[in-house]
Amino acid sequence: MTTTTTPGVRKPVARGRIALHVGCLAALLVMLYPLAWLLATSLKPAEEVIASLNLLPSHLEWSNYKTALDGVNDVSIWRLLSNSLLIAGGAVLGNVISCSLAAYAFARLRFRFRGPLFAFMIATIMLPHHAVLIPQYIIFNQLGLVNTYWPLVLPKFLATEAFFVFLIVQFMRGLPRELEEAARIDGCGPFRSFFKIVLPLTRPALITTAIFTFIWTWNDFFTQLIYLFDPDKFTLTLALRSFVDASSTSAFGPMFALSVIALLPIVLFFLAFQRLLVEGMASSGLKG
Amino acid sequence: MTTTDISAPAAGKARATPVPKRRPRREAQGPAWVFLSPWVLGALVLTLLPMAVSLYLSFTDYDLFNPPRWVGLRNYVQMFTEDPRYWRSVVTTLTYVVIAVPLQLALALGVALALKSMKRGKGFYRSAFYAPSLLGASMSIALVWRAIFNDGGTVDNLLGTGGWVNKPGWALLAVALLTVWQFGAPMVIFLAGLQQIPGELYEAAAVDGAGTWRQFLSVTVPMLSPVLFFNLVLQTIQAFQVFTPAFAIGAGKGGPADSTLVYTLYLYDRGFVASHMGYASAMAWVLLIVIGAVTAVLFRTSRSWVFYASEGDR
Repeated sequence: MTTTTTPGVRKPVARGRIALHVGCLAALLVMLYPLAWLLATSLKPAEEVIASLNLLPSHLEWSNYKTALDGVNDVSIWRLLSNSLLIAGGAVLGNVISCSLAAYAFARLRFRFRGPLFAFMIATIMLPHHAVLIPQYIIFNQLGLVNTYWPLVLPKFLATEAFFVFLIVQFMRGLPRELEEAARIDGCGPFRSFFKIVLPLTRPALITTAIFTFIWTWNDFFTQLIYLFDPDKFTLTLALRSFVDASSTSAFGPMFALSVIALLPIVLFFLAFQRLLVEGMASSGLKG
Repeated sequence: MTTTDISAPAAGKARATPVPKRRPRREAQGPAWVFLSPWVLGALVLTLLPMAVSLYLSFTDYDLFNPPRWVGLRNYVQMFTEDPRYWRSVVTTLTYVVIAVPLQLALALGVALALKSMKRGKGFYRSAFYAPSLLGASMSIALVWRAIFNDGGTVDNLLGTGGWVNKPGWALLAVALLTVWQFGAPMVIFLAGLQQIPGELYEAAAVDGAGTWRQFLSVTVPMLSPVLFFNLVLQTIQAFQVFTPAFAIGAGKGGPADSTLVYTLYLYDRGFVASHMGYASAMAWVLLIVIGAVTAVLFRTSRSWVFYASEGDR
């Protein structure tokens, strides 16, 4: 691009750059179309949803949101929202605590079988969830915990998401060892040095873990689908599921209003933390 | 507890000695296991034990209510020889993987290359292209997708192809495109990888008379190959486990005519809808083995095309 040799013309570089921006913006428009469509449809009156080819509604139909706020299957939206928040919040707490504990041991402490255990931990990143899913379901079923939130939250307190253990290990390995060594000479045991020195310095990795855990848990569908069946315990995601089989277009507006509401926390998280999210993603290879 | 250490004081009253004592190489392991205990418990109870149990169950008939009944290889035999829907799900999943993964990675690489040399607006584009990767995994977007690709939806209006969602030949493509749409995640990794390539390499290549295309092939591709490999493995593994978009677009049942019946959807159907936990366990084990095998093959072939700078010239 920089080696244009046309004599006397310096324009091509600038022109190439403009073309690049035009191309990127065009691609972006196509990519963001579904989101614009969602927002527009959530505000369309029922008769325009399918019949009209316009993206924009003729007038804003706020009643869709009113209907959505009434909830689904006689469960209020606040209930669904707080259920979703409870599960996602519990998962965040669990992952941050358990994964940072395990990561500290792997990154900083010596113990027998560290090598093989670390290799095993890495291998579980690639393990398909389905290989353990059914027995896990049976265990929770035997414990009488199906149709409660325990199966969704408890595993997170046991560092089962090896992704995050690995992410935090990588981060901790980058911290200077001298800090802990100095603390150790001052009589700091591994527990104090973990809480007082390493943990505060690991904050960026912990925040990345928290944000991704929140978004993934919020979006998660499969686990919620198999463990929860009482409409009272449904999350927003599960409430949306009841629209999957329904093909009537009359509920289209409210359904997409609910979809917007279900996406809102993720959008807010994204807008607030986009730099961190994108960089955390680039440095760790996590999938969004 | 410790090995003999000449610098350690003979008595246990180390605290009294003013001289900081040098730690032996292997220190007390107790604290390490305290830190590890949640992970160890999880690994034993929620990973290893379930893996063993699901292997056992795969040789049984089990409906969750009656005790498992040993049937030997019956589930596997039935799967491979008597269950056309099983093969349907295998073919569907493979088709999906082969369409979605290369398209997604090609797009991710293309956009990353376009953004690489950009001076202004790079951060903005990077975030904007990444957004679908977070939103796209949701049920909300899956429902949007179904509507857009349905009869009378945007795609129908634009291309006049009718609703893809109701056409057995096309529904899976709609599912795949939802995955492709989320190319932002691998793109961000590509971009990070591209930025690691030293500019001198390009300068040297340019001095040697290499054009853009030649530079791409001789500098970018080899230098980027570890990242390319990483993305390929990760996206392939994840593609094998696709569920939510197929569930939403196939109306919860993998329709029309089982054309979106991906593997995990059929596993869910057998295990949790039809209560054939033994059969579903057998399916899970085949999935585990296939994913393991595909990963192994990718690693094996990677030796011939993945270039690690630390290895020096080859």
